[in-house]
Amino acid sequence: MSASSLISLSGITKTYGRGHAAFQALKGIDLEIDSGDFLAIMGPSGSGKSTTMNILGCLDTPTSGSYRLKDVQVELLERSQRALLRRHCLGFVFQGFNLLPRTTALENVELPLIYRGEPASSRHEAARAALAQVGLKGWESHTPAELSGGQQQRVAIARAIVTRPEVLLADEPTGNLDTRTSREIMDLIVSLNEELGITVLMVTHEPDIAAYARRVVHFVDGFLDSDERKREIL
Amino acid sequence: MFWNTLLLSLRAIRRNLMRSFLTVLGIVIGVAAVVVMVTLGNGATKSVSDQISSMGSNLLMVMPGQRFGPGSDAAPSFKSADIEAIRSQISSAEWVAPITGKSATTVYQSKNWPTVVSGTTNDYFHAGNWELSAGRMFSDAEERGGKAVCVIGETVRQKLFGRQNPVGSEIRVKEFSCEVVGVLKSKGQSGMGSDQDDSIIMPLRTVQRRLTGTQDVSRFTVSVRKGASIDAATKQLTLLLRERRKIGENEEDDFRVMDTRQITQTLTSTTKILTMLLSAVAAVSLLVGGIGIMNIMLVSVTERTREIGIRLAIGALEREVLLQFLVEAVVLSSMGGVAGIVLATLSSMALAHAMNIPYLFDVKINLLSFLFSAAIGVIFGFFPARRAAGLNPIDALRHE
Repeated sequence: MSASSLISLSGITKTYGRGHAAFQALKGIDLEIDSGDFLAIMGPSGSGKSTTMNILGCLDTPTSGSYRLKDVQVELLERSQRALLRRHCLGFVFQGFNLLPRTTALENVELPLIYRGEPASSRHEAARAALAQVGLKGWESHTPAELSGGQQQRVAIARAIVTRPEVLLADEPTGNLDTRTSREIMDLIVSLNEELGITVLMVTHEPDIAAYARRVVHFVDGFLDSDERKREIL
Repeated sequence: MFWNTLLLSLRAIRRNLMRSFLTVLGIVIGVAAVVVMVTLGNGATKSVSDQISSMGSNLLMVMPGQRFGPGSDAAPSFKSADIEAIRSQISSAEWVAPITGKSATTVYQSKNWPTVVSGTTNDYFHAGNWELSAGRMFSDAEERGGKAVCVIGETVRQKLFGRQNPVGSEIRVKEFSCEVVGVLKSKGQSGMGSDQDDSIIMPLRTVQRRLTGTQDVSRFTVSVRKGASIDAATKQLTLLLRERRKIGENEEDDFRVMDTRQITQTLTSTTKILTMLLSAVAAVSLLVGGIGIMNIMLVSVTERTREIGIRLAIGALEREVLLQFLVEAVVLSSMGGVAGIVLATLSSMALAHAMNIPYLFDVKINLLSFLFSAAIGVIFGFFPARRAAGLNPIDALRHE
């Protein structure tokens, strides 16, 4: 694999607890991800796919092994440096949407920009543009409670992409949605990947959803079991 | 960064209006209660000591019986002869004013006003530092002859005469009419719930003949000459009265001599104790307010932990999240503190006015209760957040 890959995991392990209660969730993962790729991570529950996702998203740290994102050795970073990495390079979409309640769509989308210190005018503009991009033009002043599940997930996607991140991490993004809405959300994610070149890393346990990705890796029991490329990069 | 944090804090406050309102309310009530209690207590204390100092610092008040206050416990009243004896035998007594009082309704034209009629002599005006705003005191002939003349207090003048000049008018007191010869200059409202200006002064003999029907003097006031010892005068007076009232060597006094200093001490210490008691009650309400805030904060901790998780996941630094929560807590508790002080100022002004006591702004207690409320808000608002912000973002997101 090339040294120019965007993400490189080597020998990643993760152990929860200590002594007899210790549980090894990851038992040595090696993974290279190229910039612009669309990777689906599959596997049964407890296989370590979510743990890998959290480590990739700099939300959690590996017990051992090395994780390089661009040219940064993530495992060497402090807590606050990891936060800055999340702020500048990563966007998150969660299964449970995780929007701030009683807060308008626009303000939810603005949030990452506030932490980036963007001035108010460019912040509003960028947030409106991101909402328009996910098809929510006109819904700016609605709160999550006034939006459907699919719309909430669109707001979450807008929040994730408003900072133009290099990597979008999606943890079961369609887990709480019906089939039709799932398809719409996946089409949106695919278009973000293809049109904006955002690298997408997605955890899912549904083969239908994984089928949208170009590359699918399977986890079993803390190991990487298979790695298949579904579509060729054009 | 600070402006962004302020923006985030204000948005969080607006987002949780009910919670914010309850937090502020707890502090408002606590602060207002403490400040009002202490302010009114201080005002009452001040008014009592003012009133007593307006009587003069060199007065001895003599009344029958051992009980403090008006009325007597079966001890005999004084006689006019007692007053004469004091005048002639106690050299340090400058003025000796016998007083005998009775409440009566006074009428002028269509207006009437219930007040207290005190029979005394011109010595009363000198001893009590009373000045006249109009008219004159009593003449010797009026005092000796028990003429129907009176000097009225400022309150009585206002109630009966309004804007008219009362001097020379006749007012009716019970069944007889009486000429107003003078008006007392106002001494203001008093602290013991009584109005010093609400009285009518007549010659002693007039009151004895026409109102009480006896030769008794119910109490008297002695002013001690400047430079003379008050304690010595008290002792002489006590000895003289014991002798005249034929009290045996082993018997206790059946009268009481008090100097103004003593009265001041008694009354101010009473009001101080009351102030302390009320303040303690108020402090409890501040504490209860604090506990209310703690409840609200703890109840909302689950939601807020998730919120902290979201913020951390999208790239907020731990210290940015903490600063936001700190600013939120400070903004809410200062709003509560300021509102509490404003409420306290308005209500203690109104209450002080209604209770006829002066309004004194006490910087110390305002500052103290403000700081205390701020501390409560910060402690209960900030520390749960500190714990949550220390979690891994992923744990905070999953918090149930």
